Amino acid sequence: MLQFDDLGVERWRTRRTRLQQTDSPHRAELLADQSRLVRIAVLETIQRAGLGHIGGDFSVTDILVTLFDAVLRIDPRRPNWAERDRFILSKGHCAASLYAALASCGFFAEERLVHFAAALSPLNGHPNRRKTPGVETNTGPLGHGLPVAVGSAIASRLTVTPWRTFVVLGDGELQEGSNWEAAMCAGHRRLASLTAIVDRNRLQQGAPVSDTNELEPLADKWKSFGWDATVIDGHCHAALYDVLAKPHAERPLAVIANTVKGKGVSFMENGVEWHHKVPNAAQHEAALKELGR
Amino acid sequence: MSREEASGAGTFDCRQAFADELAALARADSRIVAVCNDSVGSSNLTSFKKEFPDRLINVGIAEQNMVGVAAGLANGGLVPFVCAASPFLTARALEQIKADVAYSDFPVVLCGMSPGMAYGELGPTHHSIEDLAWISAIGHLPVLVPADPEETRAAMRWVVASGGPAFLRIGRTKVPAVNPPDTGFQAGRWVQLRDGADLTIVAAGVTVSRALEAASLLASEGVAARVLNASSIKPLDEAALLRAARETGAIVTAEEAVVHGGLGGAIAEFVVQHHPVPMRIIGMTDFAPTGSVTFLLEYFGLTAEKIAARCRELLATKASKRA
Repeated sequence: MLQFDDLGVERWRTRRTRLQQTDSPHRAELLADQSRLVRIAVLETIQRAGLGHIGGDFSVTDILVTLFDAVLRIDPRRPNWAERDRFILSKGHCAASLYAALASCGFFAEERLVHFAAALSPLNGHPNRRKTPGVETNTGPLGHGLPVAVGSAIASRLTVTPWRTFVVLGDGELQEGSNWEAAMCAGHRRLASLTAIVDRNRLQQGAPVSDTNELEPLADKWKSFGWDATVIDGHCHAALYDVLAKPHAERPLAVIANTVKGKGVSFMENGVEWHHKVPNAAQHEAALKELGR
Repeated sequence: MSREEASGAGTFDCRQAFADELAALARADSRIVAVCNDSVGSSNLTSFKKEFPDRLINVGIAEQNMVGVAAGLANGGLVPFVCAASPFLTARALEQIKADVAYSDFPVVLCGMSPGMAYGELGPTHHSIEDLAWISAIGHLPVLVPADPEETRAAMRWVVASGGPAFLRIGRTKVPAVNPPDTGFQAGRWVQLRDGADLTIVAAGVTVSRALEAASLLASEGVAARVLNASSIKPLDEAALLRAARETGAIVTAEEAVVHGGLGGAIAEFVVQHHPVPMRIIGMTDFAPTGSVTFLLEYFGLTAEKIAARCRELLATKASKRA
């Protein structure tokens, strides 16, 4: 099991304090810059390991950074704190971005990212809660995160402990029927402490989602299951913060975050092949340059 | 089937003991909750629901969500008992059992209700005879098959105290008490119900009382059969098994499950590597034809008479090998 990193936790606390004290435009700027750093960490991590899912890592980065830097009530020094907000990455193949986000909060030292996917490393290709602090449940096969998040939200109600539960789902992942079993259950129970964020990058492993199974009208689907639903730009930190930071009442909330697979590196954006392609040396250099390093 | 079983006197549906113990556990421990799939009645949860209305979470007919929800409840500090007909719990939600419960290591108690051929005439869709094989293949997940009401209660207490996940088969077919009083339960420990040196019958769940009757039949012929109650299929009681192989030299297994990958399979894997002895594995060899549970248990050779017959056949093999 990895251990928290004091210096990392202090840096995260400093950032959070600044985010809380500033106004919206400046907050968005700070979150955008942090997202840029997390993307660089992801790029380096995947380059070193020679494997990963960089396209989906980059589409979800702004969502993760907004949650971990500005929204989640967490204490990286106490990853099992009973009252913490729960965050579940249902699209577990984007573990590299989750690890980079967790390391940026000090759940473990950023230097440990070099061990991603290495033999016997705690940083498995898909997240493992027994090895990596900050991981709430082991994901990888799709369609697992939302049911677990529903259970977490029910537990919060039963134990009268006001944590919130956030789960990020891929849009292709919504083809798994278990999501709709869970959506029905959450809507019926009016689990207002639950927020599902759909990383709507419109591409699945080998094809556009709409060529495989059309999801639209997606917001209406969630609404018809008893949820509130809203559609935002998943790369707009101000929009992400506004919708995620404010607790909602009455019903669970689905946030359909329109994103771009490979966001941040021009030649990766919207390219279906970048689902799990690893950049070569020249592409790596070019990507670093675009990310401002 | 014995006369006693036919009349129903002195035999019990383990689901009642299960319901009583679940309520007792819930009274003592606020973390205990029940999760089910429209199975309040069939899992005997009606009284639990009355006593703990908020702590019974019926997710509806949705087994994948049911098991995922249980993992989430455990993440929130609760200890969920998932109560569902074993065929649907284990087959429909197998990936959730693997990833969300076992691999994630949450203290979820997976209770396969009415396993084996308990649903009789309803047919193979409702029989849970593959569950032991596919659940046994999953890491970090004890597979427990209590044989009588008291053992059912003791196994439930053991799982809660263990702090980890487990799969627990809760029988619906009526069984007599087989263990001595105050036997308790521990995973990896089998209770020897009868000693003998000629061969060993290892049984689990509904077959244990039938194995004891088979041993009585054999005793009248001068054959001393040892009988082990293998209520912990994973982990096995390796010490008891090794003694059985060494001291009796022949093993017959009897289980209400397919003959591939269940109790007999696990025992064969161990025995062949540590002390090979001749074996017979009694259980289901295919999808069952239509029939009552009583008929089907007989059809697949799980009556006392048929178990005894397989024992005689094995003893002949053992004798011819010696000669």
